[in-house]
Amino acid sequence: MTDSTARRTIDTIWRMESSKIIAGLTRMVRDLDLAEDLAQDALVIALRKWPETGIPDNPGAWLMVTAKRRAIDMIRRNKIRDKKVEELGRGSDLFVEDESSDEENGEIGDDLLRLIFMTCHPILSREARIALTLRLLGGLSTDEIAHAFFVSEPTIAQRIVRAKRTLREARADFEVPTGSELKKRLETVLEVIYLLFNEGYAATSGSNWLRPLLCQEALRLGRILAEVAPAEPEVHGLVALMELQSSRFKTRVTASGEPILLKDQNRAQWDHLLIRRGLAALERAQSLGRPLGPYALQASISACHSVARSAEETDWVKIAALYEALSRVMPSSVVELNRAVAIAMAFGPEFGLQLVELLEEEAALKNYHLLPSVKGDLLEKLGRNEEARDAFRFAASLTKNEQEQQLLLRRAAECESTRKGGRA
Amino acid sequence: MRFMLIVKATKDSEAGLPPKPELFEAMMRYNQELAKAGVLIAADGLHPSSGAIRISYPEPGGKPTIIDGPFSEAKELIAGYTLIEVRSREEAIEWAMRMPDPHGFGEGQIELRQVYEGSELTDNPEMIADHSALMAELQRRTQS
Repeated sequence: MTDSTARRTIDTIWRMESSKIIAGLTRMVRDLDLAEDLAQDALVIALRKWPETGIPDNPGAWLMVTAKRRAIDMIRRNKIRDKKVEELGRGSDLFVEDESSDEENGEIGDDLLRLIFMTCHPILSREARIALTLRLLGGLSTDEIAHAFFVSEPTIAQRIVRAKRTLREARADFEVPTGSELKKRLETVLEVIYLLFNEGYAATSGSNWLRPLLCQEALRLGRILAEVAPAEPEVHGLVALMELQSSRFKTRVTASGEPILLKDQNRAQWDHLLIRRGLAALERAQSLGRPLGPYALQASISACHSVARSAEETDWVKIAALYEALSRVMPSSVVELNRAVAIAMAFGPEFGLQLVELLEEEAALKNYHLLPSVKGDLLEKLGRNEEARDAFRFAASLTKNEQEQQLLLRRAAECESTRKGGRA
Repeated sequence: MRFMLIVKATKDSEAGLPPKPELFEAMMRYNQELAKAGVLIAADGLHPSSGAIRISYPEPGGKPTIIDGPFSEAKELIAGYTLIEVRSREEAIEWAMRMPDPHGFGEGQIELRQVYEGSELTDNPEMIADHSALMAELQRRTQS
């Protein structure tokens, strides 16, 4: 094996195994920073040895054992130096542990879950949680994370160092919380994964391959979470939502980067494998028999689109009902606006328009261009072209996105010409 | 990127014999490991070729010939597949190396193949547009 192929293989193995190793070590030494250092040490030893000895049959276990030996050595050294550490060492399960049995007894899964909860800890800022999760669970380098978020590498490195220090100073537990605390903490974990997904998804295609990488990484993390925390319906709900949204990844922008609306997307090019996976994840969420949360409900809405052969054949009545349920668990004006659109599609534009006009009073939507845009659409459908034109013009004045602005002005112009055409 | 791990058929798989319990367990553990790493997309085994048919086109532009299974050349047949989504070709190779020997007896064989993504088949915008139009047309036909 040449040095460069060995190096590439070791690099790959590191990406695949590092989160498990760091999670296992964190349980031993109760310190994220130290755990990462010990894991890195094991990697350095592997880089020196493997090119000569060949890669061991179970490289993950090799790295874990090597890192744990170093941890034990370190604790023993400290034991001589410091009696207090001895007590700590004796109190832990360090010296009675069977190093090879981790995989069988499911501890790896538990450790990973603990690590996810820790990197998504609510005392950290949103940016810190994302950076730390990508670094420790995704195995991404600071350089890659920096590129994906368009910030400098030192900024990301700083962010990660500070996040680890914050966790240490707060003596954050390396435990999965229980009861109501679990629900609250799980929310942050899911939020981080979904934020990560949206960071990648909202970006337009092509120019930067690291943005789609964020989507894939979020989806992968979601899938891992679903395997290690299978009893939580919202976990499956989020996975379902991400699988279904990913299935449209390639059809949602034109070659020049303009967004394509759901109703205009080429459904034949949706990824049907991901749709099936999304529907299966949604079924898992439903089969747990608890009321559906915001992610599972959004996934249910997404599923209605995924199984419809066209915008017209979509079950809009069901979507309207799902938005109703969503507005109860996650009240928001934007959800209400979406509900209005669904109601218009299900029962006719005049019903949707009534709801939109009520929403115009909402302060939160005052400068939200989609409100007058939806209103214009409904007015146009009702043949009230003059009012529709004004609504589109108003919407265009609110958006800062040039492509959207042009689209809205074009629609305003179309209303104008039909109006004139109608009179002639 | 997606890769398919293709498990080749053997005398046993063609005879419809179930895998030994140890092997079955090893495969289950492997699949769980794939799932816990978030890379597993699908994994299935296939019935023996005795229930299969083969459609071939011996004449260019001619009518197909249908042959009933079983087919004799066991080594060329597929007994199962595992579809994974990974970050690199190296990672796919690493996972493939970790798959248990599918049948033993010196007959086990796994093939690792990358799955094409739509845009990879051609970068000719006209052909992509033609393809999209065809897909849209197909969809309209299935609807009517």
